[in-house]
Amino acid sequence: MKILVAVKRVIDYNVQVRVKDDGTGVVTDNVKMSTNPPDDNAIEEAVKIKESGKAKEVIAITIGDDKAQETVRKALAVGADRGIHVKVDGIVEPLAVSKILKKIVEKENPDLVFMGKQAIDDDCNQTGQMLAAILNWPQATFASKIDVKEKSLEVTREIDEGLETIEVNIPAIVTCDLRLNEPRYASLPNIMKAKKKPLEQLNASDLGVDTKARIEQIKVEEPPKRKAGIKVASVSELVQKLKNEAKVI
Amino acid sequence: MSVLLIAEHNNSDLRPFTFNAATAASKINEDLHVLVLGNKSDSVAKAASEIPLVKKVIHVDNEIFDNFTAENYTSTILKHVDNYSHIVCSANTFGKNLMPRVAALLDTSQVSDIVNVISEDTFLRPIYAGNAFATVKSNDKKKCVTIRPTSFDPAPSTGGSAEIVKSEPGDKFESSKFVKREEIKSDRPELGTARVVISGGRGMQNSDNFKLISAIADKLNAAIGASRAAVDAGYITNDHQVGQTGKVVVPDLYIAVGISGAIQHLAGMKESKVIVAINKDGEAPIFSVADYGLEADLFEALPQFLEELNKLNSIQK
Repeated sequence: MKILVAVKRVIDYNVQVRVKDDGTGVVTDNVKMSTNPPDDNAIEEAVKIKESGKAKEVIAITIGDDKAQETVRKALAVGADRGIHVKVDGIVEPLAVSKILKKIVEKENPDLVFMGKQAIDDDCNQTGQMLAAILNWPQATFASKIDVKEKSLEVTREIDEGLETIEVNIPAIVTCDLRLNEPRYASLPNIMKAKKKPLEQLNASDLGVDTKARIEQIKVEEPPKRKAGIKVASVSELVQKLKNEAKVI
Repeated sequence: MSVLLIAEHNNSDLRPFTFNAATAASKINEDLHVLVLGNKSDSVAKAASEIPLVKKVIHVDNEIFDNFTAENYTSTILKHVDNYSHIVCSANTFGKNLMPRVAALLDTSQVSDIVNVISEDTFLRPIYAGNAFATVKSNDKKKCVTIRPTSFDPAPSTGGSAEIVKSEPGDKFESSKFVKREEIKSDRPELGTARVVISGGRGMQNSDNFKLISAIADKLNAAIGASRAAVDAGYITNDHQVGQTGKVVVPDLYIAVGISGAIQHLAGMKESKVIVAINKDGEAPIFSVADYGLEADLFEALPQFLEELNKLNSIQK
């Protein structure tokens, strides 16, 4: 079995994001970038399945500018076998990402495609479902547990009401929740070894995918600020304020 | 130009967020139609027809919709979209799972999780966990939009009498099978729509200590929330998680207990009307969004809080 895992480079989850003064986006210069957190879970799960003997190969793919390669290198350092970087500059919408991934799926014929359930930059939560749609594959989104069977996966999904379990036939798409597993750290020797693993480079235009944005970003602004609150000295003061000032209890 | 809203329901009732989504949908265009896909779901179609904002209900009743799978929904939705400029639903786990599958097959770039309708093609949506707001214009002919339900008031549920039209399902998708759903039943208000939410974080230390939270929740008729750290640690189940990848809540009162206030948690609650933070670390970021901050050990503060509430003559429900 072959597993393709899509990873995205995003502003690190610990960074306090700042909006640019000209309203064209957020500040990314000199800002720490990392792999989108649930994409780390996707890689971890694929590597675990390989370690259990149920998969033969894990391929990490990223789509983005030259620096996006860092996310593939990191995936290689934690156990992916080889990488693919599809070069595109600027914002690529999930629809275009899914079309690029479809081209790669047709080329590589993976049995499973994993990725994070949502990217923490655009918060779209679309790519996996879109890829499943255009491949006409089943989708198991928001996965917190994956059980690999012979020709299917049993997947526990996190939904608003609790948990749902579905069984999807292979080939399938899985989008991963942060609770799926605990991603491992790359050791220094493995980081060195990852530099020697193959990383194929392609251009989106060579794949025949139009990546032109369909959604115009008119402006980006700061969210409304909350006015500063106060510290109360005691529980009784708190309850009095809630009762008589805020009038919410 | 009409809007098609995909109803979320449980085969007997509409789920509450469908009413919020109806409000947003009617702001896009007043010619709002609702598509109900269910199994033995006549009561749902009827409920949808009674929403005064709704002009028409299309009802497809078939056993393939029993478990609301995105694959079976999508083929039927695609059969019904010809006359619509917009296809919309709630941006909760139901809509997040479903809408991109529809959008991709319509070759439409979806606009996710809108918090305001600026015009028929322009919407406001949070990005970066709500640390920025983007105004975006969709240039696709057919627009697929998911709606952050808590950003819109629920539509009235009675008074309407829209026509209900029966229709036929699309193809059944064979490669996916529903196994089971473990819903956590609770007598408390739903987290997404509760007037008061009290949430616990890692500071709660274990699941047993959440009893301190539930005692107050009982008193305030509140829903119980949690930070991701608390869910990850197994103190409480995932359906309680508030934050960027959990639920977004906008109650009148949000009480954060033992929650430090990571960016990802703030994303799910900082629009609440009044925020209270109880934390022993005075430097915790949660205090930066709190209207009332109490720097205290929660194990002392929560029992006192309950005691003070017991002293009050009346409490709003």
